[in-house]
This record gives sequence, structure tokens and C-alpha cells, in this order.
Amino acid sequence: MASEEMEQLVRREYKQGFVTDIESDTVPPGLDESTIAFISQKKGEPEWMLEWRLEAYYQWLKMTTPSWAHLEYPPIDYQAISYFSAPKKPEDRPQSLDEVDPKLLETYEKLGIPLHERAALAGVAVDAVFDSVSVTTTFKEKLHEAGVIFCSISEAIREYPELVRQYLGTVVPQADNYFAALNSAVFTDGSFVYVPEGVKCPMELSTYFRINAANTGQFERTLIVCDKRAQVSYLEGCTAPQRDENQLHAAVVELVALEDAYIKYSTVQNWYPGDENGKGGIYNFVTKRGDCRGDRSRISWTQVETGSAITWKYPSCMLRGKESVGEFYSVAVTNGRQQADTGTKMIHIGENTRSTIVAKGIAAGRSDQAYRGLVKIGPRAKGARNYTQCDSLLIGDQCGAHTFPYQEIGNSTATVEHEATTSKIADDQLFYCRARGIDEEDAVSMIVNGFCKDVFQELPMEFAVEAEALLNVTLEGSVG
Amino acid sequence: MSAAERFLQRLTARRADDPSWVAARRQAGAARFEAMGFPTRRDEHWKYTDVRRIAEGDFALASDVAFDAASFDALRLEIDAHRLVFVDGQFSATLSDLDALPTGVSVEPLSQAMVANHEAVGGSLGRLAGVDFSPFTALNTAFADEGAIIRLSAGTVVDKPIYLLMLSRAGSQPVMSHPRVLVEAGARTEATIIEHYAGEPEAANFTNVVTEVMLDRGAIIDHYKLQEAALTDLHVASIHVDQGRDSHFNSYNMNLGGALVRTDLVTDLNAEGAEAAYNGLFFVQGRQHVDNHTLVNHNAPRTFSNENYKGVLDDRSRGVFNGKVFVKKDAQQIEAYQNNANLLLSDRAEIDTKPELVIYADDVKCSHGATTGQLDEDAVYALRSRGIDEPMARALLTLAFVGEVMDKVRLNVIAERVERAVAGRLPERFNLADLVETAEAIQEA
Repeated sequence: MASEEMEQLVRREYKQGFVTDIESDTVPPGLDESTIAFISQKKGEPEWMLEWRLEAYYQWLKMTTPSWAHLEYPPIDYQAISYFSAPKKPEDRPQSLDEVDPKLLETYEKLGIPLHERAALAGVAVDAVFDSVSVTTTFKEKLHEAGVIFCSISEAIREYPELVRQYLGTVVPQADNYFAALNSAVFTDGSFVYVPEGVKCPMELSTYFRINAANTGQFERTLIVCDKRAQVSYLEGCTAPQRDENQLHAAVVELVALEDAYIKYSTVQNWYPGDENGKGGIYNFVTKRGDCRGDRSRISWTQVETGSAITWKYPSCMLRGKESVGEFYSVAVTNGRQQADTGTKMIHIGENTRSTIVAKGIAAGRSDQAYRGLVKIGPRAKGARNYTQCDSLLIGDQCGAHTFPYQEIGNSTATVEHEATTSKIADDQLFYCRARGIDEEDAVSMIVNGFCKDVFQELPMEFAVEAEALLNVTLEGSVG
Repeated sequence: MSAAERFLQRLTARRADDPSWVAARRQAGAARFEAMGFPTRRDEHWKYTDVRRIAEGDFALASDVAFDAASFDALRLEIDAHRLVFVDGQFSATLSDLDALPTGVSVEPLSQAMVANHEAVGGSLGRLAGVDFSPFTALNTAFADEGAIIRLSAGTVVDKPIYLLMLSRAGSQPVMSHPRVLVEAGARTEATIIEHYAGEPEAANFTNVVTEVMLDRGAIIDHYKLQEAALTDLHVASIHVDQGRDSHFNSYNMNLGGALVRTDLVTDLNAEGAEAAYNGLFFVQGRQHVDNHTLVNHNAPRTFSNENYKGVLDDRSRGVFNGKVFVKKDAQQIEAYQNNANLLLSDRAEIDTKPELVIYADDVKCSHGATTGQLDEDAVYALRSRGIDEPMARALLTLAFVGEVMDKVRLNVIAERVERAVAGRLPERFNLADLVETAEAIQEA
């Protein structure tokens, strides 16, 4: 690979880097009980919710930042972060697309995701989260007819307190880990989905998360509950404007699948990765966990991670129901100075549970990437089955790719397989393409897309197209 | 008083007349051990292995080397070799046989080497296994007073294997030993070195051995570690290897015995063309616990490693495998392969495996695989359909699983001994000799 082309790759600019100037209702930086009370009050939450948040906060105070990940970053000053930022005031939130701030729509235009067009064309209901408050929700009626609840978590806390109370924190407890505890204390918004018994959600649900106001941590909380025999596919896509301060993002996603339910959760993450020196990118510390509570339930995570300065993310499945299925498909691309420590946990508890892990990592520039995964087979998980494949592709000689798969197997009837490879794009592969008149850049793009195919084909159609485009943009100029 | 301090008391009671350089080392080791203490499961490297059984034990130091002649004959390998025998860590001149050493080869007990030529010993000893590596290497540094110093001068090809037999005795007072093995293989040397751990069935001692092997340019060393200690013995070992240009190090690490066993195997491939092959096998039953931690550091371009570890676990035994391959920045054109396969024979056995890759160079071919499962029912069926009863079919398939590692073993004496031991301890417990007869009968028919 020619070194000047590598240089180009490292120097590529963030294409989605721009700042939309929207009047924010932001609290001063700092975190104590009063900040939490402010958030809770602002959201019009019931008393129990405030108590729940404070419980999490007291636990968080006793915890320390995890240090086991293969990541390097300066300590985060949690008192320098502003924990609430809302575009406009909640009471005069627009009720339809026409009322949406044109600047916001413009932002989506720049990102190439015209909201109305996209929503109409793809039949997708978009619960757009711009910073912390849901700005607009479309297709609500259609979902309402089917009996599906899809709204912001704040709305759900007010409108469906019993449902939220029944499930919130049951998959990711308040004190699960440092970042989940912080999120539990200060989460400002996120999505709530409830699909009732026997209902197949009529459309793919989608939320575009954005981080906008500088210096504002984004603390999303998403809760998706699929009742018996219900099905839902949920898409999460993210992008953020170029900023100089590091922005902390500590989201929590909880999925609950009851008997025979199926939840498919897809993510395309393209937050600002920082400039060529790694300055200014997003810190992404996310806790995502699905609970296959019912027999024969299935949870599938698919992620395409191309952004963020630091990614710390392990979407997991607790396979409790008999014959439940967990899946994890991941493509992680790091470039420049990005660092990613990502993977999954598959906890097999029930009999005949199955899990599949396919993780593809592409490291370029001076980035560092690690796959960290756990497959645990409990003593009662008779006949449990896991297949894991993680492959790394290195582009350039300044990057690193690491694999840390943990396997804890406590049942003789279990079958667990793990395979991992690390390599670069072979010269003969490139030569083969070049000999057939394909230029180097296209050849690399073809090879890389082929490398990721196992994961891309798990993505919903529109996302797959977007992901491929994103991958090409991310590796643009990396030729060879 | 902490467990570490309690252990170190034995040291002050024993060593008064050390030469000054030895005393200084003991002090450094003791200080480091005291500071670190015994590892706990909160330590990532000891996450799956609890050493409280060692830390809470009370181990004396052996003072004599008497060993029953009949059991010595039963335990030792039937092999023509240059032999050093240690009983509970103490050198036994009567059981050893070093009469036929060729020129260019020096094999002597550590105690003698220290007295005779302390500079040469002191220079190399501890170069690879520093006191910071683990609390156990620090503990060994504090106590080590016996072991084997093996030196091969350039170009020497040793005619027979060098055989170190470490015997453990049963007695009312458990003892500890901290043997030290140092191998300095000069350029273009070839040798086979066997570390064999065995003992009386009731022995409940603690062995904490540190081995250092240095391979100069073009050296080829086969290193066998056959651990057949009593099922009540506690065994901790670390093996440190430093490889020069075009050198080959082949490790055969076979663990059958011991109640609690931990082995660390670390190789530094420091120059082009260096190649390491790790072959490992463990077979555990009852409540045995065997932990293998391996690490290959590819510090130079064009270095190669190939690792294959297999485990068979029965009853309530527990196995741990942690294999790490590290590729340094700019160490291009590396090939590193790693495989760990485990066979669980019982519902209550547990295996924790973690094959790690840490790679900082792009022109590499690295892969690892880990599988855990049970015998292939189709294969059992295939054998049964040919008139072999089920227990025999299962036993045969288990042996075949083990065989994939044993095929690499170049010393037949060891391969046969291990295969027989495994066969005899399988749940079906059959005699391998009978099996061979059966196989021949089938062939004739």
C-alpha cells in the first residue's frame, strides 16, 4: 500500500462536520442531586422516577471508572459536563413535520436523510432525537392502530408509568457498571417501544440520534419490550457535528423479549471521531443488553461502528428462555486516532440456547481496535451452542487489532466454537482486481465490502445501502 | 501475619551461609514477593485460578533425599538419557546419572554451579524470569537453591535427551520446593530436555519451578514437560524462552497430575527466522484444576509460532487456557497460529478459555480458534456399526482426540506413556494393550 495514499486516508475530513445553531435550554455544567431533580422536574416525572434516579446516583458515587478496556483517554471531568439540553421548550414542541425548525430539517438534508421523504419512501416512523428531546414523531397513528407504543422514554414515563416501571432497569440494573449508573441518574431522553402480544410491528422503527450542543453529554435510555409472539425491527443511526471538546455519550439500551418474540436492533454509528490528532471526538460508552426472557425468543444485534474517538460497547444477550437465540453482527471501522473496544456477551442460561457472533474489524491509520467478547455457558444450559467468528483487517502499519474472547463453559453438552483471523488486504487480491481494469480504490472498497458482507446482509435494506456508502467514505483514499 | 510473610519465615530460618550475591537476590525476591503477596482472583491473570490452597498451606523445606528404590524405578521414564534426579527439590547424586556427558555439554545441579562459578550462573540466572513476572517467580527467586544448569557450547548436538526428574514424597509434613532450570543453548546446538514431575501417590507438596531457556542463533531445543504429580500435589511453573535468529523451540507441555496446576509459558521471538511450536495436553479428573497461560511475543519480523493445546475434562475438574499472541509494531511478515480444543466428558467439568491476539503490524497472518464440545455422536455411531461397543468407541475417540497432540511428540517413550495413562484413566478404564490386540484381531478378520 502506497504510503502517500495512507496519508490521505489519515487526513480525510469528517464529512458530516457542521454545527446547527438551535437555541438550547441548557443547565450549567455539574452533577449533584439538584441537577437530577432539575432533569426529573423538567421532564414532568413522577416521584418514583426521581427516587430511582437518585438511587442510581448514590451507587455511581461509590463506583470507579472501569480501566480494563484496551483504551487510552484522559480522565473525564463529570462536573464539567452539562446534563440537560433541549432544543426549544418542550411545551411548544412541533406536532408535525411542518412545524419542525427548518434548521433542523436542513441538518438532516446535509446528512442526506431528508426526514419526510425518507419516512414516506421507506415507510419508516422516525422518532428524531435532536440532542435530548424527541422533536417529532411520525406515523404514530399507524402504529397506534397496530397497538404498538413508540414514543420518547420521557413521554412513556408520563403516559405508561406501569409498563416502564415494570421493565426499566430489569435488564441493565442501575448499578450495572459505571456508565450505566451515570445514565440511570441523568438520562434525558431516548425511545420506548412496546409491541403487544402477537403483533408484528407494521414498519421498521427508527430514531436518529444527534449530539448538537457542545459540551453536552448525551444520555439516552432506550427500552424495547416485545410481548409474546411479537416482532419488531429497530434502527438506530447517529451522526454528530464537528466540535473541539470531547463529548461524552453514555447510553443504555434495554431489550426484553418474551416468549416467541423477536427483536432486531440495528445501529449505524457515525459520530465525530476527532481530528487527525484524535482531538474533539465523541466518547461513546454504551451499555446495550437484551434479555431473552421467554422460551424461543430471539434478539439480534447488528452494528456498524465507524465513528467516535472512543467506543466502549458490548451489546449482549441474556439467553434465559429455553431455545432462545442471540445474535451479534458487527462491523467496526477505525481510522485516524480512533480507539474501539467492542464486542458482545452471550450468557447461555436456558436449555438449547443458541448464539452466533460475527465481528469484523477494520483498522486503518493510527487507530487501535479490540474485540472483547464473553461466551458463558451455565451449568443448566444443556445443548447450548455458540459460533463465534471475528476477523480483523489491518490497513497500514501504524494501527493495531486485538482479540480478547473469553469462553467460560460449564456444561459438557455445550458446543462452543471460536475462530479469529487477522490479516491485511492481500497483494494478490488487489492485483487480481487491477488486472481486470478495476482501479485500486474501487478494488479496496470491493474487498472491504466483501469482508463485511456477512454483517451487511443482516442489516435492513436501507441501512445496508447507507452502511456500504459510509464504509466507502470512511476508507476513502486508503487505496491498496 | 500475611501468608507471604509466613512463607518467608522459612527462608530466614534456613539461609545463613549464602554467598553475598545469592543473598542479595534472595532479598530482592523476598521483598518483591512480600510486596505483591499471593495473587487473588481479582487479578486478571488469575481470574479463574484460586491459589488459596497454596497460600493457606504450611510447607516445610526438605532436608534429605531418601527415596524408595522400587518406586523410583516405577516412576522414572525408561529412557537412555543424561539424568538428574531431585527429591522434594534436593539433588540426589545416587539416583542421577551424568557419567556419559559428551564434550560441549555441561549439566550440573544449581547448588554446585553456584559455588563453583557464580559469575556465569549469576549473569544468566533470572535474566528472563524477573521477580516482577509473578509472585511465584519472586518466591522462587527468594528460595531457589537447587535445580539444573545446562550449557551447550556452539555447534554441540547432544546425543541423548537431558532428563530432569523431580520427585515428590508423601509424608506427614508437606514440603515445598523451588527448583530452577537454566538452559543456555549456544549457536547451532541441538538438544532434547525433559522435565518430568512425578511422585508418591499420597504426596501433597508444593512445587514452584522456574525454567529459563536461551537459544542462540540456529539452536534447536525440544522441551518436554511431563507433569504426572500425585493428584494431591500443588504445582506452579513458569517457563521463559528467549530465541535468537533462526532458532527453533518446540514445547511439549503435558499435564496429567496435580490437584492445582498452573503453568506460564512465555517465548520471546527476538530475531528473524525464530520459530516456536507449542504443543499442549491436559487431562483432568476429580477436582483437578489445570491452568495454562501461554504468551508468544513476536518482537522481530519474519518470526513464526504455532500453538495447539488440547484438554480433556472429566468429573468436576476445571481447565483454564489463556493463549496470547503479541505482534510488536513493525514486526512484519509474521505467521502465528493458535488452536485450543477441549473435550468435556462430564456435565460438571468447566473450561475457561481465552485465545488473545494483540497485533500492531499489518503484514501478518494470524489466526486462532477455540472449540469446546463433546464426542461426535456420528463418529461413535460409525464405530458401533462396525461392531465396537459403546464404551470402547468413546474411549477410542477420546484417545484419537489426544492423539492429535501426541503425534507431534518425537519421543515414543513419552507418547506411549501419556497415551497409556490417559487410556487407563478414562471413564471406561481399559487397558491399551488389550485394545491393540483387539485392533489387530479386527484387522485380521
